[in-house]
Amino acid sequence: QSSTRHDTAQSEDTQQQIIRETFHLVSKRDENVCNFLEGGLLIGGSDNKLIYRHYATLYFVFCVDSSESELGILDLIQVFVETLDKCFENVCELDLIFHVDKVHNILAEMVMGGMVLETNMNEIVTQIDAQNKLEKSEAGLAGAPARAVSAVKNMNLPEIPRNINIGDISIKVPNLPSFK
Amino acid sequence: MLVPSLKVQDLIEEIRGAKTQAQEREVIQKECAHIRASFRDGDPLHRHRQLAKLLYVHMLGYPAHFGQMECLKLIASPRFTDKRVGYLGAMLLLDERQDAHLLITNSIKNDLSQGTQAVQGLALCTLSTMGSAEMCRDLATEVEKLLLQPSPYVRKKAVLTAVHMIRKVPELSTVFLPPCAQLLHERHHGILLGTITLIMELCERSPAALKHFRKVVPQLVQILRTLLTTGYSTEHSISGVSDPFLQVQILRLLRILGRNHEESSETMNDLLAQVATNTDTSRNAGNAVLFETVLTILDIRSAAGLRVLAVNILGRFLLNSDKNIRYVALTSLLRLVQSDHSAVQRHRPTVVECLQEPDTSLSRRALELSLALVNSSNVRAMTQELQGFLQSCPTDLRADCASGILLAAERYAPTKRWHIDTILRVLTTAGAHVRDDAVANLTQLIGGAQELHAYSVRRLYCALAEDISQQPLVQVAAWCIGEYGDLLLEGSCEEIEPLQVEEEEVLALLERVLQSHMSLPATRGYALTALMKLSTRLRGDNNRIRQVVSIYGSCLDVELQQRAVEYDTLFRKYDHMRAAILEKMPLVERGGPQVDEEAKESKEARLLEAAPVPTEPQASKLLDLLDLLDGPSEDAQHPRPLDPSPGGALVHLLDLPCAPPPAARTEVPMASSLLCAPHHIPVLVGKWVH
Repeated sequence: QSSTRHDTAQSEDTQQQIIRETFHLVSKRDENVCNFLEGGLLIGGSDNKLIYRHYATLYFVFCVDSSESELGILDLIQVFVETLDKCFENVCELDLIFHVDKVHNILAEMVMGGMVLETNMNEIVTQIDAQNKLEKSEAGLAGAPARAVSAVKNMNLPEIPRNINIGDISIKVPNLPSFK
Repeated sequence: MLVPSLKVQDLIEEIRGAKTQAQEREVIQKECAHIRASFRDGDPLHRHRQLAKLLYVHMLGYPAHFGQMECLKLIASPRFTDKRVGYLGAMLLLDERQDAHLLITNSIKNDLSQGTQAVQGLALCTLSTMGSAEMCRDLATEVEKLLLQPSPYVRKKAVLTAVHMIRKVPELSTVFLPPCAQLLHERHHGILLGTITLIMELCERSPAALKHFRKVVPQLVQILRTLLTTGYSTEHSISGVSDPFLQVQILRLLRILGRNHEESSETMNDLLAQVATNTDTSRNAGNAVLFETVLTILDIRSAAGLRVLAVNILGRFLLNSDKNIRYVALTSLLRLVQSDHSAVQRHRPTVVECLQEPDTSLSRRALELSLALVNSSNVRAMTQELQGFLQSCPTDLRADCASGILLAAERYAPTKRWHIDTILRVLTTAGAHVRDDAVANLTQLIGGAQELHAYSVRRLYCALAEDISQQPLVQVAAWCIGEYGDLLLEGSCEEIEPLQVEEEEVLALLERVLQSHMSLPATRGYALTALMKLSTRLRGDNNRIRQVVSIYGSCLDVELQQRAVEYDTLFRKYDHMRAAILEKMPLVERGGPQVDEEAKESKEARLLEAAPVPTEPQASKLLDLLDLLDGPSEDAQHPRPLDPSPGGALVHLLDLPCAPPPAARTEVPMASSLLCAPHHIPVLVGKWVH
């Protein structure tokens, strides 16, 4: 499984082919080799290369043209991974699988239109946190009716007594859960 | 009754739970149906969730085009959550090829002018990713305004968006050039990074812009110097280097500005020297900066001493234990090999050693660089190394290596004999990987070296006797034996050990080739024709040859059959012409240094090359021949037009209606062209065989 962004227009079939070919090329690599890969007929021709880094079970692959500094991209990948780690708190593979949109959002704060935008991890994380807060607050307002419904459904209503003893006027008020 | 829709995570779980491809498809199809229904009449509050699911499914490779309109709706919604997913969807699903993409222009415009920072950020991101030329034209003013926005977050995004816009609509350069001066004074690294990218883009597009921006060289030098000395911002530092990304960009821009410009180059000299000598190279970040510095030094008009320093740094990196460093060193040296050839030559031994790298990325680079370093003084040694590499190199590099060696041999061969030997060795080692024209080139080369005919035919005979599987080799050998069979049998040749070959052995070998299942149809064609030619070269009687020829008259391969029948007829009815037709090839004049790419692909073209220059007058003679061959009574006139191109003339005739003769192409000897493209064998010749 992979999460990708293509910054040039390509048909969906081509995109999938590129992904498959990339996976094929990268997974064939030994442990003891450099992080740069060329060849691959679909990756835009000879001007482009793949730069990848291997972290545990994951490969992060960037496809770049000759205008990027190869060693620089290695550092960029590191910054990206560290940022993911900060945003997800000890990121693991499942985080990336189940929160693909969040990964996109983080990447969007670093690379835009195929160009490096921001490499300062603190700036990126601050921005992401602010946006996430914004989403949460919107969800809070919008989700209120739904939560009310589920709270009522889950209320533990005690049995209403069939004959009310008029002598005893203390009616027990059920313990309603508080709205959060 | 509304079925509660799955959350994105639940869908992902379900998909991952599918055990087969078919199951996965089922799950997804079911969910897509839900999503479609919900798009139609569902709750707008959950629309973003539906789209998010769709985008996930899209990532797996399933169609998602029906979500395009939803993106529009979500982008137009006032909620940030909606916009976030909507814009992401736009980036993933919409692009210039869809008409729908223009519809978001208005939403983007609104968001750019009235949205919050975060929303402006989203809009800019999307615009810079999938913005088409029309969109960029419409939104240029909005983006320009944002360059002056107080928020650095928005400004940095606006700057990069401007780069994208200029790429799509170059005329917008005039809009985005003026703000650059101000932007360079920014302290925010993100804005600086974007600004420098913007300036680079402007300079690359317009010499006037380039001239204009030379003024800022001192400022850039100052920024870089500050980065190097203060080390103030730990936030931006990677392994102790202050914002290496920004440093690299500045160095790039300096390269562009200093190129071919003395004054600018002078201004940066000191700084570059400082970076080159003081950068900490223990970590990757420092090396990235150092490499960029080296490339800049070598590209501008730098002082001689500085240049030497730069090349030496590269040489040192070639010996570094880190493979990435070696890779980048090889790449950089390749860039320099044209401009600083002698400097790079000094590192040739190290480069050649890199050929032995087990890592194919590195050996590929080493191969390219080695080939670029071959010159007339080192060609023998280098070819030796490259031949060694060819024997053991990985399969995907073989074709490049083989053609590289052949090319180098052609350019710098010290002697013809060395040249023939080299090609022979390549064909023996990597015959399956050579280009199609290698056969033609070799036969031409041999044909043109009269003094080496005996030598060539002997070597080829021996090679063939050892191994009949390498097709190009077999084809050349067969051709040679056919042409110079008499020399083969003569026995003595000063350049090679004496070889005693019997006629019967030669015929047996060619028959083996004919019968072998490893031989391609074209190869068998070569072998058959060679046998035929030997009928005039050998002294014995031709019974054996006649037998073979008549057997193949009923061969299942139509091409071979036709040939055999024709040759048989040659024996039976036109025996008096046989000697003339099967005469030795004349020395063919070479066309150009290297065959056209088209020629390689088009067999027809190769046949046309068969005609020696000039082709026009020949054509008319051949047209006469066309008439001549119609009637047996005009046989007597055959010999005349057939000289000097016997077989080729026949072939040539057929191609006249097909295509005009090409201008200057490498010539190909007649026989091989006759044999190379079996399906072009003249129907005309068929006319012989009534």
